[in-house]
Amino acid sequence: MSISILRPGLLTTVQDLGRHGYQKDGILVSGATDAVSLRVANLLVGNTEDAAGLEITLLGPRLRFDADHLIALTGAHLSPTLDGQPVGLNRPVWVAAGTELAFGTAVAGSRSYLAVAGGLAVAPVLGSRSTYLRAGFGGLEGRALRAGDHLPCAAPSATGRQLMAALAAAAASATWAQARWAPGPALCPVPRASPVVRAVVGPEYGQFSVESQQAFWQQPFTVTPEADRMGYRLQGPTLTRHTAAELLSSAVTFGTVQVPAGGQPILLMADHQTTGGYPRLAQVITADFSVLAQLRPGQTVRFAEVALAEAQALYLAQERRLRALRQAVETRTR
Amino acid sequence: MTSLSPPPLPPPADVRLFPLGDAAVVLEFGTVISPATHRAIQAVGAYLAQHPFAGLRECVPAFTTLTVYYDLWLLSKNGQPPYETAEKILQELLPAALATEVAAVAAVVEIPVCYGGAFGPDLDAVAAHVRLTPAEVIARHSAPDYLVHMIGFAPGFPYLGGLNERLATPRRAQPRALVPAGSVGIAGAQTGIYSLPTPGGWQLIGRTPRRLFNPEWAQPSLLQAGQRLRFVPIDEAGFYRLQQHEH
Repeated sequence: MSISILRPGLLTTVQDLGRHGYQKDGILVSGATDAVSLRVANLLVGNTEDAAGLEITLLGPRLRFDADHLIALTGAHLSPTLDGQPVGLNRPVWVAAGTELAFGTAVAGSRSYLAVAGGLAVAPVLGSRSTYLRAGFGGLEGRALRAGDHLPCAAPSATGRQLMAALAAAAASATWAQARWAPGPALCPVPRASPVVRAVVGPEYGQFSVESQQAFWQQPFTVTPEADRMGYRLQGPTLTRHTAAELLSSAVTFGTVQVPAGGQPILLMADHQTTGGYPRLAQVITADFSVLAQLRPGQTVRFAEVALAEAQALYLAQERRLRALRQAVETRTR
Repeated sequence: MTSLSPPPLPPPADVRLFPLGDAAVVLEFGTVISPATHRAIQAVGAYLAQHPFAGLRECVPAFTTLTVYYDLWLLSKNGQPPYETAEKILQELLPAALATEVAAVAAVVEIPVCYGGAFGPDLDAVAAHVRLTPAEVIARHSAPDYLVHMIGFAPGFPYLGGLNERLATPRRAQPRALVPAGSVGIAGAQTGIYSLPTPGGWQLIGRTPRRLFNPEWAQPSLLQAGQRLRFVPIDEAGFYRLQQHEH
């Protein structure tokens, strides 16, 4: 069972939930930028949430399924089609061998996820199948996909096989068939054009002038073209510290808002470095990482302050929704 | 080599705990780079590796901090906010953790370096900046035992402490687009080794044939925080001979 890449798209990589435990060796976490979308896609095809899928960026690939598969697409709306017909997001889809997946206009968001029942069976490196582009390992040969690549897929779970059989039976003579049910908008939101993301204060928040602190929470920031899996450079009001003291490098993480001397913030994403020396003004909350992941260059974003306890409560609520979805999918196959 | 008695540890009360976002606690052991601070960070890191609490994800040591990432779901079981639980667990284990024996580093890791020439294109510029001959720069750079304070920036990249102050040289005005793996550089009062081909602005004075990082190794980084390291000058023929054994 495999998937053939006919056209690679702008940046299509194999990602799972990341490479954990090696940051002390300077090895970054990587993993899906919008981890919730990948987890939902995996649950919809009966996979464990940490199975490897494709992260598809803005301009989607064209690919062919070389065997019958069960798939799900989540995240950004990049106008996906199967054999030329629009296919729905956020639901299990059975595809017959030979079916082609393509993408059109990017309607909303920037990163779409494709999960396939069984998961992509590239070799794990240090416990993860995530592609780490900068160091050139993980995923498929440590790089973005190219035309002519073949992605191996593992065997579906019992849940995946049952969902697949039910959809295949309903498909009659069609080459694909999608489920009529989908999770609610809490787990599958439509990415917004100018979102507000919630953040807690960072360790060096107090070193910034009161004016800069206020500007950070009150004014919009634009995502510049310098935005990739490592981080986004933002453009907005100039943020200044009331000290010029250099900092010693210390840990930084996904969602860290760093402010170099120039005063324009950098927002760290999935391929963030393990440590950094710029002051950490704020930290986007884990529950809002998906919102960050779906921002595009040119879009604006605003930050809203929340307390740490609230940030953690929001994360736990999100985790409960994911657990409920897992149960709901299993219930459907009983 | 002479053995030094370990420097005194900071009392637990001097360790400041604060959050980094909603899934990490930073333990800050003062704000000054020192062997005592380094040893305290190593001790707590070693203790957590030996006695991980439920919900511990990973630890990232740095110059004066140890950042502890935790799993919010696992730490939410008692109904308390997970950060409070994580902070309480860490406060309670700190006295024992600070008393942990840090395994003595058996040997100083020797890193062979071919200085100057094509491998160290900035050696002459560094020598001119510090008003020494290139040979004197090499002698001073390869004299001390360095301490690996942390691995960061890139997989396997060591931040080394112990550079002869006389060799401190500012970074290049224009960073290079690509620095070859193994390049040994100076940036201000720091020295380090590029572990992968990456862009970089450090002054390059030599290159080692040793491989610093390999994802296929059980321990993928050749060097770990806490290790000691010495640079050993080699010539170009020696570089190529050693390189054959590495790749």
